[in-house]
Amino acid sequence: MQTRTIRAWSWVHRWSSLVSTAFLLMLCITGLPLVFTHELNEVLLDEPWAPAHAEGRRLDLDQVLQTALARQPGEVPAFMSFDEDRPVVNVTSRAPDAPAGQFSFQPIDQTSGDPAPPVAGHPAMEFLLQLHTDMFLGLPGMLFLGAMGLMLIVAVVSGVVLYAPFMRRLPFGTVRTGKAARTRWLDWHNLLGVVTVAWVLVVGGTGVVNTLATPILAYWKDTALADLAAAHDAPAAVGEWASLERAVERARVALPGRTLQFVAFPGTDYSTDHHFAVFFHGDTPLTTHLTTPALIDVRTGELAAVAETPWYVKALSLSQPLHFGDYGGLPLKIVWGLLDLVTIIVLGSGLYLWLAKARRTA
Amino acid sequence: MTRRNRSLWTILGAPMIVGVFSLVGLVGALLEDGLWDLLGAALLATTLVTVLWGRWARRG
Repeated sequence: MQTRTIRAWSWVHRWSSLVSTAFLLMLCITGLPLVFTHELNEVLLDEPWAPAHAEGRRLDLDQVLQTALARQPGEVPAFMSFDEDRPVVNVTSRAPDAPAGQFSFQPIDQTSGDPAPPVAGHPAMEFLLQLHTDMFLGLPGMLFLGAMGLMLIVAVVSGVVLYAPFMRRLPFGTVRTGKAARTRWLDWHNLLGVVTVAWVLVVGGTGVVNTLATPILAYWKDTALADLAAAHDAPAAVGEWASLERAVERARVALPGRTLQFVAFPGTDYSTDHHFAVFFHGDTPLTTHLTTPALIDVRTGELAAVAETPWYVKALSLSQPLHFGDYGGLPLKIVWGLLDLVTIIVLGSGLYLWLAKARRTA
Repeated sequence: MTRRNRSLWTILGAPMIVGVFSLVGLVGALLEDGLWDLLGAALLATTLVTVLWGRWARRG
């Protein structure tokens, strides 16, 4: 490689890194505890709990919804999800004029209607998640972090291009321990950077895809679901809705053999203004991450469509586990956490190398 | 430290193998459960093991 070419790649590597390092450090530091969200929530929210009538009849979903809304007067339902290992239904609602992303979350004992203690969503974890997702800035914050993710990809690719000429005379694993701190850290930066390339590209790339969740879902609704979304001029009021319990039953018939995951109520990102979107996932390791909604007309309770998701929504769904690292049990999470720490060292040493060089040439 | 220039394969061999192992581990654990969860973690951990091996090979 010619000196001029190397210089050009160095410039790309330096500036793509400098622009993004502060944000990437924030993402790595907040991401570390987030990898262990499930475990940390278990510790932070540890509270013994048993359903009121373990063997008794369960409330139907309409009763659960009414109970939840009675406790949050004036709010409209957004989502309903179902705990896997306890008879608890989670109702998410929001005030009609609430800012985006502001929701009330109520876990409800389906055997009594009493509130159940939450097993997820400890405020500390929610704070970290929000900071990590959009820095409390909503969609602009998300897209900005997506741009920082693109910078990371540019920095990694240019780093690999520079690695080859740099290592022409140095065997793999070299850290020139006898040399100045700058040289030692440069060797560490190169060694740790190059072995983590694949993981960083996967986590960074899927992170970028996740920042596009809102536009991806909006595009899906505007194209594949456009006819359904335009079925009526105005949304139906909550009082005019058909039975939710029967809507879910109808959806089960349409998508047999799958597991109910959540219901998106009309007017949310995951549904149209006129349908309950009842989401199911498959039961193989891969299809657990892929959801398919049955859309039920909110006025009549009839099945409107089974909306098989297009490839870009599937890509978004698969980007979530590949970004969070929460799909292979605790061993995978531990490796995920260690690689996150290594990435912090690569980012920190990169910043140090730039500062040291800037000071030397000053 | 050797003075002669090393070929691209010698330079990028170890990082490329580790990269392929990482990707197989990441995707394998997503496609299969059980043994693959452990195998996926182990394959991804080759990144860290390679650093230790590289440092050990260059020791002294």
